[in-house]
This record gives sequence, structure tokens and C-alpha cells, in this order.
Amino acid sequence: MENNILSMKNIIKTYQMGGEESQVLKGVDLTVSAGEFIAVLGPSGSGKSTLMNIIGCLDIPTSGEYILSDKTIGEQDEKELARIRREEIGFIFQSFHLLSRQSALKNVELPLIYGGFSAEKRKERATEMLNLVGLSERMNYRPNQLSGGQQQRVAIARAISTNPTVLLADEPTGALDQKTGAQIMKLFHELNDDGRTIIMITHDENIAKQAKRIVRILDGVLEEEGGIHV
Amino acid sequence: MFKESLRMSWDNIKNNRMRSFLTALGIVIGVASIIALITVVQGVSSSMMGQFDDLGIGKISVEAYGTTLKQGVTDAEIDKLSSIESVVGVSPSVSGVSSIEKGGRVEEDVSVKGKNEVYYDNNLALVVEGRGFTPMDMSATSYVCIINETVRDELFQGDAIGNELKIGGRNYLIIGIESNSDNSLASQMTQGDSDDMAVTIPYKNALSLLGISNISSVEVFVTDTSQTNSVVANIEKILDEAFNYKEDSYFIMNMDSILEMMETMQSMLTMMLAGIASISLLVGGIGIMNMMLVSVSERTKEIGLRKALGAEPGQIQMQFIIEAILLSLLGGAIGVIMGLLISFIACILIDIAFAPSVFAIALGVGFSAAVGIVFGGAPAKRASELNPIDALRSE
Repeated sequence: MENNILSMKNIIKTYQMGGEESQVLKGVDLTVSAGEFIAVLGPSGSGKSTLMNIIGCLDIPTSGEYILSDKTIGEQDEKELARIRREEIGFIFQSFHLLSRQSALKNVELPLIYGGFSAEKRKERATEMLNLVGLSERMNYRPNQLSGGQQQRVAIARAISTNPTVLLADEPTGALDQKTGAQIMKLFHELNDDGRTIIMITHDENIAKQAKRIVRILDGVLEEEGGIHV
Repeated sequence: MFKESLRMSWDNIKNNRMRSFLTALGIVIGVASIIALITVVQGVSSSMMGQFDDLGIGKISVEAYGTTLKQGVTDAEIDKLSSIESVVGVSPSVSGVSSIEKGGRVEEDVSVKGKNEVYYDNNLALVVEGRGFTPMDMSATSYVCIINETVRDELFQGDAIGNELKIGGRNYLIIGIESNSDNSLASQMTQGDSDDMAVTIPYKNALSLLGISNISSVEVFVTDTSQTNSVVANIEKILDEAFNYKEDSYFIMNMDSILEMMETMQSMLTMMLAGIASISLLVGGIGIMNMMLVSVSERTKEIGLRKALGAEPGQIQMQFIIEAILLSLLGGAIGVIMGLLISFIACILIDIAFAPSVFAIALGVGFSAAVGIVFGGAPAKRASELNPIDALRSE
């Protein structure tokens, strides 16, 4: 396990809920190596969203150690966390979260803008990414002119545009029909074959099964499932 | 990054056209009224100052009432006044009324003024036809006169110069016509409406005609107006000696000090009006703040997304500040154009020269940018501090 890109040790997250403390994550351990395709499977309320937020550096753990690309997360201020998100994490959301007034191309360029790339470089990179997800014909379309599957492809192109360490997908097929969902899963496999590390959060057993490794989360506790699915 | 923020801000303003326009309207009105007020006030006062410049500047009017023992000033004292440094000349100023007669037509109670050549030397614009007095005219036996336009129009049809006019029973040769509208505000203030008939004769003739034995009023002309104050001090010294330091024996009216007073009043007035107009800018600023707050809550989700994609708090803050500044600068620019337009029309209506004030424009633009920074600051800060998790979840 020398090529660990992510390691969590005894991660605990507690929230104050109406004066009462509630522990959402109760000591989670997780290591992910480069090139893995891993599904975090759990029902709603299991703490998987909280886990995703912590993995994605949107939130920091109450206690425990989280190391992402040799950086211990939790000591940084907002600005540094933003930079880590930009460089290490590629978010893919259930509801795509595209900017509705911007073209597909501009949406893919968005993280590159914050990364300080030049306009030329951005366009070149975004075009390349959209080609990769099979949307070369629709670069100048706005999200409302695209189907759900196409919108998710734009979102995936956006997520990989900065070449992040981890692709973090939250129910990526949740808003899509089965057939489109399967196409998106196929795209994930292609990306994984190219060497990208993917962490997918889902409640759907069938979707989870398509990952190479499944961890189950239930009531704040993470459990490795035996057997590797290919 | 800055260019991108600018572009994103512009897109957002464009996408909410109506709302942006209404928000910017507050700034438009504020800036337009500041510019219009300042331009018009400055135009009015500079045209007033211009009238002063015609005659008022460089002239010190002295009323030497004298004492019971000694009334008026003597020729020797006038010579003393003339020899003060920076003084080009002194003209006695005698006035009264008398009858004039031309071809059997008699006009009673016509204003008769007595002046000397210095008066006309320093009021070149006054004579519209013919000439003013010369030193030769000042001998007591020289019976020449200068009539005003009203006398010319009433008593002479056509050429008056070279003709004779009977003033107080004695014939005077008409050598010049002087303008009715002695344009200076000073003269209007001291002599009233100048459309009545008036004639001017050498002051010595006027003294004997009007039966006055003393010169109680003189006008001192100064070359260098920056020396006015020291000239006034010298006049005071001479008159104090002449009247034995008696109080209230004379009164000196200095146009320059009146001018200074008016300038002070003008700048006070400008400041006051600009201050009032600034209130509307303040209201406009609050409008901007309101729109930015609405914009932040509307775009909570977008802000959350941007943060998740790696936008730093500072970058988010900058975008919203730029949007606020852009909005108020846009309002400011429209305001400048409208303000200039309004003041241009106003200047035409009240018949003064239109001179756009650079100060006013700079104030308007500077003010609107400041409004953007000040009132965009709080909403932008709020946006930058949004928690991305909550923001992404919001609908």
C-alpha cells in the first residue's frame, strides 16, 4: 500500500443538533490507493454524505486523521482548503450542478478559471475534456439544451478538467434513467481504466456492484465488503 | 481571474436587465443631480463674477462724508490718493439732478454725473460711440458732455455727437455716448436702474452746476488687484489724517472684498447643494446593497458549487464586489451624461455659459465607485462566507 492517495484513521464527526450532540461518523478507517474504483454504499442517514463532505474537503473531521495526497486535512484555512479541493478533488453531483446560463464549454472551464489558467489554455483543456466524454458536438449548448445524461457528461468533463487526484461522485446516476445511468457507469469505467481514482457514493446496490471495491457504511460505521468485483 | 470576474459580473447584470436598471437608477439620479447642481451654480456665479470683472475689479469706491468742520476731500487730498502705490488714478464722483434742454424740449430731474478722464480711461467699454473725457476737458471752461443711450434716443434721432445739449441752462458739446447698461453689478447696486436719462460732464462743471462745494465721493482705480488691501489701508491713512480720525467720516467700498465674499458664498452654496444631492446617492447605494443581497441569496447554490470547485473566499468576494462597482459605475456613467444634459439645458434656459465642471464629473464618478465598494462590501463578504455544503443543498 505504498501508493495510498487517501487515508483515514478513526474519523469521528459530531454535530450539534438542538443542543444535543449526535455522532454521525463513529471512527471511520479507509485507505484508497491510486487507480481504485470504490463505491461507498449506504442508505440515507448512514453518514455517507458526511463522509463524502470530509473526503471532498468541504468539511473537516471532529477528530481522527485524514491524509489526502500527503496533506493532513484539518489544519488549513478556507482559502487553502479551496485550493486543495481545486487540485485534488473532482466533484460529480447527483443533480449535475451546472451553471444554467453558461455553455457546456464555459461550465467545464469553471474550475480552470479559479486555477488561474489562461483563457487559451482553458479553452483547449475544456475542449479536450468534452471530446473525452463524447460531447464534442455540443460544446456550445447550454445545460437546458442537453439531456440529463449529456449534462452529467459535462459535469464529469468539468470534474476531470483539473486532473484531480480523486473523482468524488455523489449518486452520479441518481437522477438518470437506467439506460443513461449505465452509459455514465461505462464512462466511469473508461476513466478508471485510464488510471483515474474514483470514489462513488451511492445507496444503490446495483450501481455499487459495478465498482471494483465496495465499502458499506451503516450508522456511521464503515465496513469493508469482501470480494472484488470487476 | 479579474477579467473573468468582470465578465461574470457583466453577464449577471445583463441577465437581470430590468432589476439592474432600477437598482442603478438611484445612482443615476444622485450623480445627475450632483453634476447638474454644481455646473449650474458655478455657471451662474461665474457669470456674476464676469459682470464684476467688467467694472468692479480694481475699483475702490470711497464715500468721504467728512466732519462738520471739513466736508468732502480737497484736490490736494485727491492728489495724495492718486500717488498711492498701485493706484492708476482717482476720479471724483459728483452726482445730482438738473434740467436738460434740446430744441425747446425740456427734461427736468435728469441725473447729472461729474467725472474726470481717469474714470473713462478705466472704463473703456462704457463709451459706445465718440470718446470719453481727456485731461484737456478738465479745465473749468470746457463744456463737453457724454450722454447715455436713452438721452440719445429720446432727444436726438440719429447723430448726437457734435451737437449741443443745454444742461442747467448752459450749452454743452456732446463728445460721446455711454452705454445705458453700465453692466457692472456694482453700478447697479449703487445707482439703480440705468434706463433713465443721464448725462456726464467734467466734475468741476458738475460741482458749480449742482451747487456743491465739496467732492464727497471718489473712485480709486488700482492696477494690481492683489494690492487692493494695501491700497485700502493707505486710503484709510490719508482720510484719517484729513478728517482728524473722526469715526464714520468716510466709508470705503472695496469690490474685491465683496467678490471674495461672494466666492465664499458660492462655494458654500455648491457644497450645500452637493451635500443634498449626495443623500440621493446614499439612497442609491442602499438600493445596490439590497440588490446584491438578493443576488447572493438567489445564487447561494451557484456560490456553493463554485466553492466546491475550488473558488477561494476572496475570489467569490471579488466577483460580488466587482458586480456592485460595475453596477454603480454604470449608473454613475449614465448619471454623468444626464447631469451634463440637464445642466446644458438649464444653462441655455437661464442664459449663462455652459461650462462642464471637471470637479463635478470626477466627484460623480468617484462617488458612485465608492458607493459600489461600500455597499457591495457586506453582501460580497456574506457570499464569501457561505458554507459550501449548506449552499449546495439549498434550493
